[in-house]
Parts: sequence; structure tokens; C-alpha cells
Amino acid sequence: MKRMKLVMVGNGMAGVRTLEELLKLVPDMYDITVFGAEPYPNYNRIMLSPVLAGEQGIQDIILNDLDWYAQHNITLHLGKKVVCIDRSKKQVVAEDGTTAKYDRLLLATGSNPVILPVPGKELDGVIGYRDIQDTNAMIAAAEKYKKAVVIGGGLLGLEAANGLAIRGMDVSVVHLMPWLMERQLDQIAAQMLQASLEAKGLKFLLEKQTQELVAGPNSSDGGRVIAIRFKDGSEIPADLVVMAVGIRPNTALAESAGIYCDRGIVVDDTMQTYSPGIYAVGECVSHRGTAYGLVAPLFDMGKVCANHLAQMGIARYQGSVTSTKLKVTGIDLFSAGDFTGSEQTEDIVLHDAAGGVYKRLVLRDDKLAGAVMYGDTKDGSWYFQMIRDGKNVAEIRSHLMFGQSHLGNTGHQGQNSAASMPDEMEVCGCNGVCKGTIVKAIKEKGLFTLEEVRKHTKASASCGSCTGLVEQILASTVGGAYAPQANTVKPLCDCTELTHEEVRKAIRKEKLLAIPQTMEFLNWRTPNGCAACRPALNYYLLCAWPHEARDDPQSRFINERAHANIQKDGSFSVVPRMHGGVTNPQQLRRIADVAEKYRIPMVKMTGGQRIDLFGVKKEDLPRVWADLGMPSGYAYGKSLRTVKTCVGSEWCRFGVQDSTQLGITIEKAFDRIWTPHKLKIAVSGCPRNCAEASIKDIGVIGVDSGWEIYVAGNGGIKTEVARFLVKVKTHGEVMEYSGAFIQLYREEARYLDRTVHYVERAGLDHIRQRVVQDAASRRALYERLLYALQGAKDPWAKDSVNPREFAALAL
Amino acid sequence: MGNWHQVATLEEIPPLGARVVATQQGDVALFRTVDGEVFALRDKCPHKGGPLSQGIVFGRKVACPMHGLNISLEDGKAIAPDVGCARPYPVKVEGGVVYLSLA
Repeated sequence: MKRMKLVMVGNGMAGVRTLEELLKLVPDMYDITVFGAEPYPNYNRIMLSPVLAGEQGIQDIILNDLDWYAQHNITLHLGKKVVCIDRSKKQVVAEDGTTAKYDRLLLATGSNPVILPVPGKELDGVIGYRDIQDTNAMIAAAEKYKKAVVIGGGLLGLEAANGLAIRGMDVSVVHLMPWLMERQLDQIAAQMLQASLEAKGLKFLLEKQTQELVAGPNSSDGGRVIAIRFKDGSEIPADLVVMAVGIRPNTALAESAGIYCDRGIVVDDTMQTYSPGIYAVGECVSHRGTAYGLVAPLFDMGKVCANHLAQMGIARYQGSVTSTKLKVTGIDLFSAGDFTGSEQTEDIVLHDAAGGVYKRLVLRDDKLAGAVMYGDTKDGSWYFQMIRDGKNVAEIRSHLMFGQSHLGNTGHQGQNSAASMPDEMEVCGCNGVCKGTIVKAIKEKGLFTLEEVRKHTKASASCGSCTGLVEQILASTVGGAYAPQANTVKPLCDCTELTHEEVRKAIRKEKLLAIPQTMEFLNWRTPNGCAACRPALNYYLLCAWPHEARDDPQSRFINERAHANIQKDGSFSVVPRMHGGVTNPQQLRRIADVAEKYRIPMVKMTGGQRIDLFGVKKEDLPRVWADLGMPSGYAYGKSLRTVKTCVGSEWCRFGVQDSTQLGITIEKAFDRIWTPHKLKIAVSGCPRNCAEASIKDIGVIGVDSGWEIYVAGNGGIKTEVARFLVKVKTHGEVMEYSGAFIQLYREEARYLDRTVHYVERAGLDHIRQRVVQDAASRRALYERLLYALQGAKDPWAKDSVNPREFAALAL
Repeated sequence: MGNWHQVATLEEIPPLGARVVATQQGDVALFRTVDGEVFALRDKCPHKGGPLSQGIVFGRKVACPMHGLNISLEDGKAIAPDVGCARPYPVKVEGGVVYLSLA
């Protein structure tokens, strides 16, 4: 098949990201030609500030070197500005006469700095701040001249001013408005920011309107600017004036070709312009009336545009909520969403003027609408995520201001603020990754997302407890370019665009019963998925269609395939079921005999009141199980693990309820159920709670008048106290309520969500509604659980074992 | 390339699965893709030595069961950005029989 021709005008971050996404989807669909007006390959424009500040060089911020273009057979025209689009001939013409024909045209012409229409704007020494050339001009000026004035107290202006000050210039920032960064900050935060910048030596002139740039009096000045005069008649000297008052979408080329523009090249949700076959992405675009100047939305656009260029035709860009972070070393500032507030909004404010901390959260209809933070921004990503997800925060309102509780948990020395960590301090305790390593990878490899950082450094890729820290490091390194993935739209994995919820819905609606059928129906990108989606699909199918869906052992992790836990040396551990943690001499004798017969190197008590046999060879497993004569404890599964009990009223002088017996009853009833992640239960016989029920997925605590049921506790990575669900009287009620909760979790949680994650997302109110208030719903859930459990077989029983899984082949 | 050892029938390796062959050079993993192709790699992940034969097979790759590195079945190399290589062995399927060469 003859390849189509794709021409891209503009060689910046949004455009090249679109090409990268496109090449991932369809490497061979197009012959690609790129025109760039600048003489450089694609570089990281947001890192110009660190270059200006001398923290990095130009070579450090190149994102795609010339080899990248060559590797992908992209014809690259550098330093050639396209001056004409001939829509009837379907070709573009560059200044030097180079032409290129296209079947699809992608406009990524970016934006231009706004130059104030004042007398003297064309003088030497007056520049915008946009590209490498501007940056170099500023660096050169800083060597030769002393006095700099930056017009514009926004993000870019302040970063420019900071850079020039570091290069030794005497810098004044002129701003029209009463406070700095008025589009991102409220007045209090802006004043705190101004004070810190003044401490660094910057000067500020607020509410000053520029009237004229004054030229030097004689020819030796070469028509260079020497001063800036304001409307109020005052004047300050300046040998360098940087205009950073804003950007304007660069639409000149599109307009000259008759493509519809309105403060930007107007595109629809597919990133197509009004002209068929012509797409546009990036800062040049106007989408639903908004032009974006931050990188994160541009990448979202690129992804959508690539999807349509690849003729997949399903993605839609629906606009972005943006966040801002100032990249000035030593200053911590974050804002997101709508923080100006109105009559419909409420504020939660924390202001510690002496400690230099200010946080303001703006709520509308029980949802977080905006956030401004100064001095302590460690929860910025968390707030931003809630703003994007539109999460209802009524339940957590009382502690919302104090941030995400799990940040300070185990594995990183109690640190919860990345800014205060030295480079050599370990961030990820699982994979031994230090802060400096992460920062270096982000800068050198041009990483923008948490996923990319995980892939390249392994930081937060294992247990995930340091995710918050890694996000902070990412946010402070790339600034406004960082956007956490919205929880609500996260695709199941790279094999599909669909979310967990969309996949599950299709499985139920279409009665899909097997993985290949599901992948085909849902247009999976890969022929047989990946190690992330196959186990999830297998679970979703079994959960939706018990007794009908086909269980696929090859789509289960090895532990669930071998019914034992793989250990670091490739051996396995074996945990037999001991209901309620109760055993007897016969069982113990058999365990002892098995341990000796198979030379099992270690016998250990688990945290869940059972016995674990470590170091069993895989080929011995079926015989070990047979000799034990006990059922599988499912210690290896995303399933009910253990029901831990205290001794209760049968023996204990404090016990008020028979917790041991209830634990045994629960474990016998719900044993062998598959769940989205492991599920742990505990039953205590009195509020002293010796079974530690308050950190279990389901915790049952006996009181004199009955049982209290708690849910969504967790004692692991994210220590979380279980939350009260309901109080009931009888064993039968405990079974029904806890069973209904298990089934609701099975049906609604994403695969690999623990109950704590699920309940946090769904909200406890929803759980109470389905399990407590609505009795019909509770009974239906409970019945579906019992139906799923019908006839479940012990995987260790002789007729369940597939001998081929365990026997090695001989040479 | 001589010394072909007959090690299994194709039937004995589950599709999207693997079997282990114990050899004097250590364990070798035989993988079978959904299309019935068979590949052989040393059963040791270049990362921390995990048994690749126990991983999930997808496309022409396997995910190590220990820490999830993705390894190409074709040449044993870790998929970028990870690095490392599990030694590949020549393998062929003739008439439904799998032959392995340890040369």
C-alpha cells in the first residue's frame, strides 16, 4: 500500500509529541515531513528558564535529537519557515521555495510573545521571551549590561527575571495589575511570593503601565533602549527590556490560507480544523474558545490528534484543567483550577505568615474547584487530581487541608516533602532510587508523566508508597508541564483506550465469556494483551459470569496458577487453611511430617495466624498438598486470605462475643472467592480488639449487644483505620452484611484495588446505601456472592491439579 | 547447527505458556505463543534471576514473575528502557515435535 503523506508545520513539543504518539500507533502509515522555523530539533521549551538561570545548557533540553528524526524516516527541514499553504494543490511552500505535498497537514505553529504596541518597541535591547534565540540574547545582554526590566509579572516574566538576576543583572519587574501572577494566585499568596523574590534581590513596580521605551540619545548607543517611561510620568533606566506580557496563538499562516481562526486556529474535539484533512495542535489552537499555554493540555491534544491521524477515530479532546508551578529554585508555589471564588463557593484557608505557608482550597457543591498553595505544595498533585476528577470531598472535608495521609508512610524515612530532601536521599525504598537519580532522568530523558518516570527509574513502580513524593519531584522539575493522569479516564492498560469500568460494562452487556472474544469485541490493540490486562480481564469475566466464563490459567499470575507463593529463588511457599486460626494436634503432626519428608527449610507463622512452609520445590507441590490433607489457604491469591480471630468469650475473661466461632463460620463460608485484590478479615470478641480488626478489609468487633462491622482498613503500604459501616446483632446478619460488602467490592472495584482504594473512590455513603440502607440491594448482592461460591473446588485437591504445570521436561 | 534434542511435543506446552527443561547448563524455558511459535531462553531474568518460565506470555514477550520486566522471546533482550539479556537458544518445531539445541 502506498503510504500517505503527512506534513507538519512547526517542530515544537506539541507537534513532535503528536508524531511520537502516531508512530506508536501506526509506525508505517505515513511518510512524514516536518518544517521547523528554528534551527534546532525539538527541545523542551519549558526548560528555557533553567537554561537562562545557568542551571542547564541547550544540549540538556533537546528532547528529540536529529538521530530520532532519521530513525523514523522523517524528512526534517530546519530553519525553514512555511509561508504558504496551497489547499487546492495540497502542498506547503517554505520561504526558500521548498515545497512538500500532503494528504494530511498538521499545524503546530505555536505562539508568539505579545509585544506591547508602545513607541520604542523595535529598539535594540527589547525582546520577547519565547525561544532559544531570545534566551541566548538575554544571556549575552547579561554579560554586557547591568539594568534589566521585565514587563509582565506572570509565570514567564518571573522566571525570566529570576534567571537574569542569577546572571548578575539588576532586575525590575513591571506589572500592570495590583499583584503578581494574578491569573494563578490570590493576593495573599502573591504577596508572599513577592517578598521571597525581593529577598533574592528582585525589585517590583506594580500597577505601572508602560507608555514608552526610550532610546539612547546618541549613535554610540546604536538606537538601544536606555529607559522605560510609565503613564504616570515616572521613568527607570533599562539596558534590556524583556516583554513577557503573554502569548498569542500564531495563526498567521493558517489565516493566510483561509483556515477559520478565532483567537487561535479553531479545532473540534478531534483536533481537526474547519478545513478537511488539516489538523492543529498546541498553543496555536483554540478549542472550545480556549487557547492553552501550558504543556500538559498540549500533550493531551497530541494523543487525540494521533488517534485520528491513525484513522482510529475514537479519541476526543474535551479540554483540560491546568495547574501551575513556578520553576524558581527555593520557591514552592502551586495553583490549579478556579481559585477566585464566588458566591457559590466556600474557602478553607490555612495561613501561617511567619512560617511562610499559605494554602487556600476553594469548594463548590462539595467538590474541590481550585487550590492555591505557597510554601508547602506537597499535596498539590493530590488536590489537582481531585479537581480534575470532580471528586466529592464532603466526607473528607474536615481533614482535606492537611493533605494526603499516606504520603508520610513507610519506606522513605517519614519524609513527605520532596523539596526538603537532599539529592542523595532515597525516595523509593523498594528499588533503591534516590531523589537525584529521578531528577536527572526527568531532565535528561525529557520525562513528563509518572508512568514514564516509573519505567525509566523504577521509582514508585513496586509498592507505590512513594508515589506522592515522586509526583512532587516531577512537578517541581517540569513545572506546569506536569499533569497527573485523571483517575476517571485512566485506560486499563496500553492495549486499550477503554477504562476498567467501560470494559466491565461491555463484558456484562455483551455477555463476553472469554478473553480472546473480549479483546476482539473491544478492539484491543495487541493480539493477546499484556501482563497487566490479561489477569484483570480474567477476573472481570469470572466476576460477571460465574460458572459460565472460561477461567484462563495462562492469564493468571504464577501464584494463582501454581496455587502457592513464588519466592525469590524460584521455590514456593505453602500455607494450608486453618479456619479462624484454629488448629489441632493431627494437623500439626502432618505439617511436621511434611516439613521433614520434603526437607522444607523453614516453617514460619504468618501474620494471619497460619503456618507457612517455605522453600518447597515446584515439582513437589502436588505431593506436599496431598500429604498435608488440608485445603488451600489461598495465601497466594487475589482472594479471601485469612480470618484472624482473638480467642473471644469462650476463654477470655474480657470477651463478650464468641469471635473465634464467628471467624471460623465466615472463613468457611467465603473461602475460595476471587476478589480484585487480596481480602483480609478479622473478628475480635470485645472492643480491646486483639485481632486488630481495625486495619483489615473487613473488621468485625464484638460488643455486649452485638457486632460492629468496619470496612476498608489497611495495615500495609497505606496504613488506614477501617471505617464504621453498621452495627448488627446476630452471626447471620454479620454474614449477610459482610458478604454483601465483599460482592459490591468484587463488582465495582478495579482489579488490584484494595478495599481502601475502592471505598476512597466510591465513597462510604455509596457503600452504606447499597449494603446497609437498601435491604433488597444487600440481599441481592449476598445472593450473587453465594451463587459465585457454589461448588468452588479446592485447588489443592487431587482432581484439581494440572500435573503439566508442575513437571519439568527432561532433556 | 547440530545437537538437536527432542524435548517435547508442541502439545505439551500450553499456548501463551511455558515449560522448563532441566539441562546441564541450567534450566531452559520453552515458550509458546498464541500462533504456535516456540522460543527458548535461559530461565533466568537478567534483572534479579527470576524464573521467566513462570511469567505471563503475551505477543512475543514474557513478563518476569518477580518484578515485571518484559523480555523479548525472540532475542532474550529486556524491552527498553530496561536493559539486560537472557540467553536465547535455538529451537525448532517439526511435525509437532519441539527440538532444542544447547550449542
